[in-house]
Amino acid sequence: MRQLSFSQALDEAVAEEMRRDARVITLATDFTGDPIKEFGPKRVRFSPISESALTGMGLGAAGSGYRPIVNWRMVTFSFVAMDQIVNQASKIRYMFGGQARFPVTYRCSTGGGMGLAAQHSQSPYSMWMHLAGLKIVLPATPADAKGLLKSAIRDDNPVISFECSRLNAVSGPVPDGDHLVPIGVAEVKRAGTDVTVVGLAFYVQESLAVAESLANEGVSVEVIDPRTLVPLDVETIRASVRKTGRLVVVDEAPPTCSAAAEIAAIVVEDPATFHALRAPVQRVCAAPVPVPYSPTLEAAALPDRGRITEAIRRVLVANRLS
Amino acid sequence: MREETPDLVEMLRKMILIREFDELAIKLRSAGKIYGTVHPYVGQEAIAVGVCANLTDADRVVSNHRGHGHCIAKGADIKRMMAELFGRVDGYCKGKGGSMHIADFSIGMLGANGIVGGGLPIATGAALAAQMDGEGNVAVCFFGDGAVAEGEFHEALNISSVWALPIVFVCENNQYAANNAVRVQHPTPDLSAHATPYRMPGISIDGNDVLGVYDTARTAVDRARAGDGPTLIECKTYRWYFHAMRHAPPPETRPAAEIAEWRARDPIARLSADLLARGLLAAGDLEKLRQQIQAELEAAVAFADASPFPDPSDLLVDMFAQ
Repeated sequence: MRQLSFSQALDEAVAEEMRRDARVITLATDFTGDPIKEFGPKRVRFSPISESALTGMGLGAAGSGYRPIVNWRMVTFSFVAMDQIVNQASKIRYMFGGQARFPVTYRCSTGGGMGLAAQHSQSPYSMWMHLAGLKIVLPATPADAKGLLKSAIRDDNPVISFECSRLNAVSGPVPDGDHLVPIGVAEVKRAGTDVTVVGLAFYVQESLAVAESLANEGVSVEVIDPRTLVPLDVETIRASVRKTGRLVVVDEAPPTCSAAAEIAAIVVEDPATFHALRAPVQRVCAAPVPVPYSPTLEAAALPDRGRITEAIRRVLVANRLS
Repeated sequence: MREETPDLVEMLRKMILIREFDELAIKLRSAGKIYGTVHPYVGQEAIAVGVCANLTDADRVVSNHRGHGHCIAKGADIKRMMAELFGRVDGYCKGKGGSMHIADFSIGMLGANGIVGGGLPIATGAALAAQMDGEGNVAVCFFGDGAVAEGEFHEALNISSVWALPIVFVCENNQYAANNAVRVQHPTPDLSAHATPYRMPGISIDGNDVLGVYDTARTAVDRARAGDGPTLIECKTYRWYFHAMRHAPPPETRPAAEIAEWRARDPIARLSADLLARGLLAAGDLEKLRQQIQAELEAAVAFADASPFPDPSDLLVDMFAQ
């Protein structure tokens, strides 16, 4: 199979969808590659740095028959467009009684570990999960990045595509042809029987690395990648936990009101899954601080393989007799 | 297409309908038939009607919190508007939106909006769609003097000008941003001055003169249709009543002399007198018109009253398009 980097896979997704549907247009302050060459300046719009305008224009154009892709570039710039995301995009379909479709995709990079300091190292997907009304994808591999972004562009609702910065240069196999990954379907990235690890974005590969290393000790780790945060594939996660009886959630956002908190909640509030638990649920998340700049501090703030391993050992030891 | 000569009697009819609709809405809110908030448009009728007389269903407008007048001027059905205010299933938004979120996409009414300035980016996106379509359609954004102090106003004007989008920005300066007088909000007496740095035509006009509004809007709409870009029109006007009401109209805080002065410039009385003087309307016609409008309003209330409340089991319907 072809090997593509995460960012190549994303570019390919946009190009394929623009070829497929003339109503797909893209707006951003900058682009990777040279999309104007193929698609022209009418469909590829270099814009002023006006995130509110771009975010709302995506809605207005979507409600008028187009399928815009608005690239905020970094998720941190999306905060400049708070009104358009929170008050408009997440509510516009429902508050108008479902009379129109708003097929707009918002793209952004996310996550830390790149030495970009406090503002540009954030992973705020749970802020948008909280709103109700936005679909959210968070791929961890080049193949999923391409397939989910293509599905997002074809979706008739506002979708936010969170694209992890640390994965940009990571390469992996990407199927040929019209490769789509459905929104709302998790994937078991590694099957196991002793403990379920749900990892997000960069921490899927880190969890897989830990699983590989613990396999040498005879510990069987199942690694699940939700891939989509809204709608969350609740049943795949619960089914895994019912099998293993143990859950560790790994994410680089701080734990308070996070995606990790939501995943823990959907597991423990389901009676059958709750009764199957043999150990307390563990979260491995960022420290509750703005991500610091210096490499020693940044590393201390973010999860790593050591902390994932420790959390797995904790749930293995805490064997609840039920 | 737009009539070359406007139907002045129809414009008068719509202005009276808007006024009587909102006078009735105030009464119905006080009586508890309407559930949420009401922002009456009374006094500003010439603006919505004068502008929308230049538009077709293929042109799109975005409104604000004071949106009943824009809906009626664009051709919305007052029965479905009233049902929405009553919170009933036959309302435009099936009771999910209420007064501040009425929309009718089938006639190019892309929604009222509860956030000051929030509609500007959305209208700009509708203008982008119109430009992409290349069929000479336009977008119009209605907003108040308060929105001029919002960043979204400036982002929208800037990007519209840079991209020569077919949009008309209609600022309804009713002298008060909520309860703060315009003079303490803005350093310039003429808000159309903001057009200059964005290199678009800007003009401040008497918003209570429907024919003047019509003519100015026609020039701006024609300019947009021709692909020559946006225009900012400031219509100076006055709202006769409060900013917003809940259970009862709030106490009046504005100077009595100021209110009296503006009431003497009643846009409906002015057009009626003009049409009577020109012989386009006889005194009996006016009375007949008013009777027809009262009958329409009674029918709208009966329709709204007969419509059921939404079934709570439909709570999650319309969240996402399939």
